[in-house]
Amino acid sequence: MSDLGCIIGGIESINPFWLASAPPSDKKYNVERAFKAGWGGAVWKTLGVDPPVVNVTSRYGVHRTQDRRIIGINNIELISDRPLDVNLREIEEMRREWPDRVIIGSIMAPMDEEAWKSLAIKVANSGVQGIELNLGCPHGMCERGMGSAVGQDPEFVEQTTRWVREAVNIPVFTKLTPNVTDIIVPAAAAKAGGAHAVSLINTVNSVIGVDLDTMAPTPTVDGRGTHGGYCGEAVKPIALHMTAEIARQPETQGLEISAIGGITTWRDAAEFIALGAGAVQVCTAAMLYGFRIVEDMNEGLAAFMRDKGYRSIADFKGKATAQTVDWNELNINHDLKARIDDEACIECGRCFIACEDTAHQAIRIDAKPEGGRKFTVIDDECVGCNLCMHVCPVKDCITMEAVDTDRPYLTWPEHPKNPLRKAAE
Amino acid sequence: MKHFKITTENSRLSARDIADNFDDLHPPLDGAQAIVEAGRCLYCYDAPCMNACPTRIDIPKFIHQIRSGNLDGSAQTILSANIMGGACARACPTEVLCEEVCVVHHTEGAPVKIGELQRHAVDHLMAKGGAHPFARAPLSGCKLAVVGAGPAGLSFAHRAAMLGHDVVVYEAKPKPGGLNEYGLAAYKMANDFAQAEVEFLLAIGGISIEHGKVLGDNLSLGDLCTNYDAVFIGAGLTNARGLGVDGEDLAGVGDALEFIETVRVAEDKSSVPVGDNVVVIGGGNTAIDAAVQAKCLGARNVTLAYRRGPDAMTATQWERDLATANGVVVRYWAAPKTFSGGARVERAAFSTMRMDDGKLTPSGDSFELPADMVLKAIGQTLNSAIFSALKLEGGKIAVDAHYQTSLPGVYAGGDCIKSGEDLTVQAVEDGKQAAIAADNMLRAKRKGAGE
Ligand SMILES: Cc1cc2nc3c(=O)[nH]c(=O)nc-3n(C[C@H](O)[C@H](O)[C@H](O)COP(=O)(O)OP(=O)(O)OC[C@H]3O[C@@H](n4cnc5c(N)ncnc54)[C@H](O)[C@@H]3O)c2cc1C
Ligand SMILES: Cc1cc2nc3c(=O)[nH]c(=O)nc-3n(C[C@H](O)[C@H](O)[C@H](O)COP(=O)(O)O)c2cc1C
Ligand code: SF4
Repeated sequence: MSDLGCIIGGIESINPFWLASAPPSDKKYNVERAFKAGWGGAVWKTLGVDPPVVNVTSRYGVHRTQDRRIIGINNIELISDRPLDVNLREIEEMRREWPDRVIIGSIMAPMDEEAWKSLAIKVANSGVQGIELNLGCPHGMCERGMGSAVGQDPEFVEQTTRWVREAVNIPVFTKLTPNVTDIIVPAAAAKAGGAHAVSLINTVNSVIGVDLDTMAPTPTVDGRGTHGGYCGEAVKPIALHMTAEIARQPETQGLEISAIGGITTWRDAAEFIALGAGAVQVCTAAMLYGFRIVEDMNEGLAAFMRDKGYRSIADFKGKATAQTVDWNELNINHDLKARIDDEACIECGRCFIACEDTAHQAIRIDAKPEGGRKFTVIDDECVGCNLCMHVCPVKDCITMEAVDTDRPYLTWPEHPKNPLRKAAE
Repeated sequence: MKHFKITTENSRLSARDIADNFDDLHPPLDGAQAIVEAGRCLYCYDAPCMNACPTRIDIPKFIHQIRSGNLDGSAQTILSANIMGGACARACPTEVLCEEVCVVHHTEGAPVKIGELQRHAVDHLMAKGGAHPFARAPLSGCKLAVVGAGPAGLSFAHRAAMLGHDVVVYEAKPKPGGLNEYGLAAYKMANDFAQAEVEFLLAIGGISIEHGKVLGDNLSLGDLCTNYDAVFIGAGLTNARGLGVDGEDLAGVGDALEFIETVRVAEDKSSVPVGDNVVVIGGGNTAIDAAVQAKCLGARNVTLAYRRGPDAMTATQWERDLATANGVVVRYWAAPKTFSGGARVERAAFSTMRMDDGKLTPSGDSFELPADMVLKAIGQTLNSAIFSALKLEGGKIAVDAHYQTSLPGVYAGGDCIKSGEDLTVQAVEDGKQAAIAADNMLRAKRKGAGE
């Protein structure tokens, strides 16, 4: 039996799926429904210093594919707009009623030691198992010197983390903003400040679209719009990269990661864990489909682990980290050629036009004697870029075949064409 | 597959049932359905569907434009290749044209519904109204004559007008449209679509139609040649074939096309008389249309008798399925022998046929069906008497690769020439290509004259 239980930042959880701090974890009513559905924990919607913030209407915009599926949400909502004591009372009740689930208190305050410390203490006293510092909101709060305004300054990141560490004796998670050039800098700052773990990513700063009738960005508030925070499936690659870097760079190695960003299925979660995350958090997928999606997250992840023989999350945590390297460490002598399976080919021509117009003119069309067209890869021209394989609508029709070059593993630093080559003698 | 309301043992059709039967065969896609359907298209390169369309509509492009929300542009893409894209979307046997070769067959088991998407885009543009989507080239000063306001003639007229010429269309019947108006099954062209389309197409300007003008009667080819810079003949096939069997002249024995026309022109379909036991003779789509429409009107028993086997039948499988799913009984290898009765036909007798050394021959057996209405759907032929000045080939007007007849300056297209198939879409393509050829000829002439 695979065990979905995990420990992150010293906190035990029955499974790695937590709700991220956001509308799904806004109040007792939601979190109770989530726990009933099977979520292992919830990071409560970010709490601030009273008086509560005031939100605008409307608040969300979406990014759709052409077939109208939503791949991303953009929001301009602020932190919790309910009084602090109401939230704390509900957290206390939930902790009492659901002793096997995790509740983390997310907090945000102005750059003031007293403000951070007193808020952290109040929240810790409600019984939460950990505190998360929200240093991420890329809209609204940052204009007041909070959220990403703090998260983008490594000194502030270290400082706020240290203040909270000093104030409470429960695990501290520092939630990072992706709106930086190099995620290692704030992650290292959080580590220096004493964070038990980092949570990432918060939302990506964005304008989701423009209403071409009103000529205003969406979501539109009384005719005007603003930049907001982007999340959901579309941001997963950004979050994966940041997770991978924190896990493998020497400055941050060993720092625990609560991964967030576009996680929609068990497979997404498994990928983050493989790159070094200890557990994951989810917001958008729950907002789009409801809490029930956790059922398959749990079942699918357990089935995957059973298939692969992993007995625990720890068994495969970071398993892909060693294979994640700098470009300079890749083997330039590795060679692939595309292979088109004539039997499977439906003759749509998509591979041809993709290669012809935008790659290497490596696919030839011949008329078949019996009618129809045959597509053939010209090996001499094919650079093995994978484009044709990706555009082909038929699964496994185009495959990439390794060519036996007989040549050794060779990296760019050692390559003869590299003017800065390190002599290999 | 639409299931019509049909007469059963103990129920007759109401006028309402009949009106419902003649409503759209395929209800139009709504916006959301169209986007989902368009999303199935793979946007093939040099797409098979496009090559299978006689007018070579850029199908992947117009479907992509539906997806991108550019419905105006999508309609423009369709209409620039086929000005009757609306009629074709409704009437084309897509199952043997574009949709037959759609590669999504292989990935999903069923093709993209190209016809329904095409209708979605064109209907959008026509409903929107506003300016005609095509502009005319600078006027050439040339005047062109067209005989027949069917798909071929109208397509010619539209393209010629677009290329800068003025066109007069001479039409025998009181309404334009040819078989779009009088021949296509009523449920394919619901809501008077044929007239709406003609109106839309004429909005380009430069085209006038004169009704009641009949070539060979009050109009002569010689006069047309004298008075116009070029002439196009799109007169279709107007002579009904005879079976040459006893009793063919009995009341109740008639031509399927006349029956179909009666159905088409009737405001109130329930006023069209139909028999209780209808026998349709033939194996093409006209036979199917007549049989199905007889069912739609409430005929109790409809038998389609075809003298050959299923493989030889020209009606597409889809059409055959539509008929059988709605209670039409198809009898193969049945050749009519005699029709008999009193004042009206009462019975139809058939010989059973078989293939003997590649020759269709009576097997010696025969059978009889009760019949109070017999509809002959054995094809139309050219009224060749009025085309004695032109070279004919296989009973149709002979044309060269540029649609020119044996008389220089006289072009022809549609059912009256020997092209691929007798299809609306082929007639449209013929008319379009003939107009381009005529335009080239006129330009070359003017250049030659040193203009
Ligand atoms: C019952 C039936 C159902 C059909 N169903 C389909 C279908 O579902 N899908 C499909 O693609 N095709 C179908 N077809 C075929 C299609 O209708 C024809 O191929 C198409 O209409 C040919 O166009 P046309 O312009 O050549 O001829 P027509 O449509 O026949 O038009 C010829 C025009 O010329 C006029 N005319 C004729 N003689 C003269 C004259 N002497 N002087 C002046 N005017 C004259 C006629 O009145 C008519 O308006 C069907 C045909 C029939 C008979
Ligand atoms: C409407 C909305 C409100 C959010 N509010 C907060 C918040 O108060 N505190 C916080 O730390 N993150 C907040 N987030 C960010 C999410 O917690 C999460 O980091 C982000 O959405 C990425 O995860 P996802 O792709 O699963 O949605 C919010 C996100 C959304 C969509
Ligand atoms: S063949 Fe089918 S999938 Fe390909 S372009 Fe045509 S409609 Fe689209």
